[in-house]
Amino acid sequence: MIEIKGLSKKYGKFTALQPLDLQIDAGCVFGFVGQNGAGKSTTFSILATLLAPTSGTATINGADIIKQPKEVRKQLGYMPDFFGVYDQLKAEEYLDFYGASYGIPAAQREKLIPQLLELVNLSHKRKDYVDLLSRGMKQRLCLARSLIHDPAVLILDEPASGLDPRARIEMREILKELKNMGKTILISSHILPELAEMCDVIGILDQGKLVAQGTVSAIQQQLQSEKIISVKTFDMQKTIAFFEENPRITKIEVLEEGKAIQFLFKGGDEEQQALLKTAIQKEIPIISFSEMESNLEDVFMEITKEVEFS
Amino acid sequence: MNPVLNKELKLRFRSGKTFVGILFYLLALTLLMVALMYVLRTSSPSGFFKPQESRLMFMFLAFFQLGLVLFITPGLTGGVISSERERQTLSILLTTTQSSFTIVIGKLLSSISYLVLLILASLPIYSFVFLFGGISPTQLAQVFFFSLFTMLVIGCFGVLFSTLIRKTIVSMVTTYSVTLFIVAGTAVISLILFQIADIYAVATPKKVPSVYFSAMFNPGIVLADVFEPTVSEQIKEITGIKFPIWAAHLITYCIVIVLSLTISVRNLRANMKKGS
Repeated sequence: MIEIKGLSKKYGKFTALQPLDLQIDAGCVFGFVGQNGAGKSTTFSILATLLAPTSGTATINGADIIKQPKEVRKQLGYMPDFFGVYDQLKAEEYLDFYGASYGIPAAQREKLIPQLLELVNLSHKRKDYVDLLSRGMKQRLCLARSLIHDPAVLILDEPASGLDPRARIEMREILKELKNMGKTILISSHILPELAEMCDVIGILDQGKLVAQGTVSAIQQQLQSEKIISVKTFDMQKTIAFFEENPRITKIEVLEEGKAIQFLFKGGDEEQQALLKTAIQKEIPIISFSEMESNLEDVFMEITKEVEFS
Repeated sequence: MNPVLNKELKLRFRSGKTFVGILFYLLALTLLMVALMYVLRTSSPSGFFKPQESRLMFMFLAFFQLGLVLFITPGLTGGVISSERERQTLSILLTTTQSSFTIVIGKLLSSISYLVLLILASLPIYSFVFLFGGISPTQLAQVFFFSLFTMLVIGCFGVLFSTLIRKTIVSMVTTYSVTLFIVAGTAVISLILFQIADIYAVATPKKVPSVYFSAMFNPGIVLADVFEPTVSEQIKEITGIKFPIWAAHLITYCIVIVLSLTISVRNLRANMKKGS
């Protein structure tokens, strides 16, 4: 379990991370979403014992990141957003080096390395030099490296950045497998839909501040004040005239060559149901009336925009 | 075995360049020795190679090797940590459970291991002097110990600067500058101090203790002391300090080694310090 209390980071007058309070349960996959410079990597660097916070603290499985950094490192597998590899080192030697760095005995490493390479689909590359691997393969190898000491918690900073669609899918599959293995995973991305699929909980960071937290649907409900409603009708004019009278409705648009409309509706489920009921009572020839799934990117933009204005 | 040392040795000795480097070094040393022997023999009126000349040849080789150590060590060690930082491999290394001390020592030993190999590989060439006499095995051992010690001192400076300075190029330039100061700077300062004292001294014979404190830093003077006991006598005479200069050199630089390594270890995870 990860417990973060008032964690902040300042560089002079610049605040990279505003006091952050967070609790992540064991086995949970937590996604940090935010634009570049939102504070994701700063948070991860602090948790990975690479950076001292200005204030606050955090514990990983009970180990304090400031008082017990070595304990934290044992519990933690860290994959940074940018990382380099050593020239002239083969994939299996790369893992062997880090295994030795974690104090794993040679005999145990010998058994462990093939298993890890298999997990990240790199068994066929075990004798290849690391610097000659593709970016996707390097990312997977780095993920295998972060698992070498069997950590309970994984911190993955933009693991899919710069990967082609196929490599992204492969990475996602591996992460799902890790989730099934019961690992607590903290993962970041600046693309919300990328995380939505695999994360149990999402936190949106903007300008160093956690502006939203919860499941994807909860965040949508929490932050979207207006719903997008789509209505298919036989009589466009009558339908538009009816909805235009309602003060809760704005931005009516005509779709599908005049057979459907879409508008923004301000209100909860009860108001939405009342609107439909009134339309039927007034004999508006409605074929279908449905709430549109709002685009996750739009949610993200809306949230970050709100913070910017406030 | 230290994981960093193990990995670095593997990387260094996997490259063919390492062995080509050793080959050329040994060739250059052999050529130098043959040329010296030729010059000494032809310049000798008897046409024989005398023990005294053999000693001269050994001294020449020893100073050549010291020069090599002073020239190569900053290049090998001046970027050990900063290059990891630039290559973006340091952050991963720092999240492992290895202590800062293990990482720093592993880096230092692996970077100077190549030079140690160069020096060990040159031993058979040095042994040639035994054919002609004039040098005791103890002197040979002293010279090699001194080369290794100097290498360790400069290596510690390299590691220190590469830990404190982010850019490898700046770190290397700083290490080379410090090395140059140790070799040339301290010699020039000693000379200036002596000249000043010579001009203003009233007492006869003149005693200039300050010369001792700048000369003891100079590896060239200490190496000369290994061959010529007269060097020690002269220093005693000039400075009035009877404590052997080689002992002062060793003690001072042992303190420097400990300080450099301590600062390097403490600053390796500098970002983890409060207020950083």
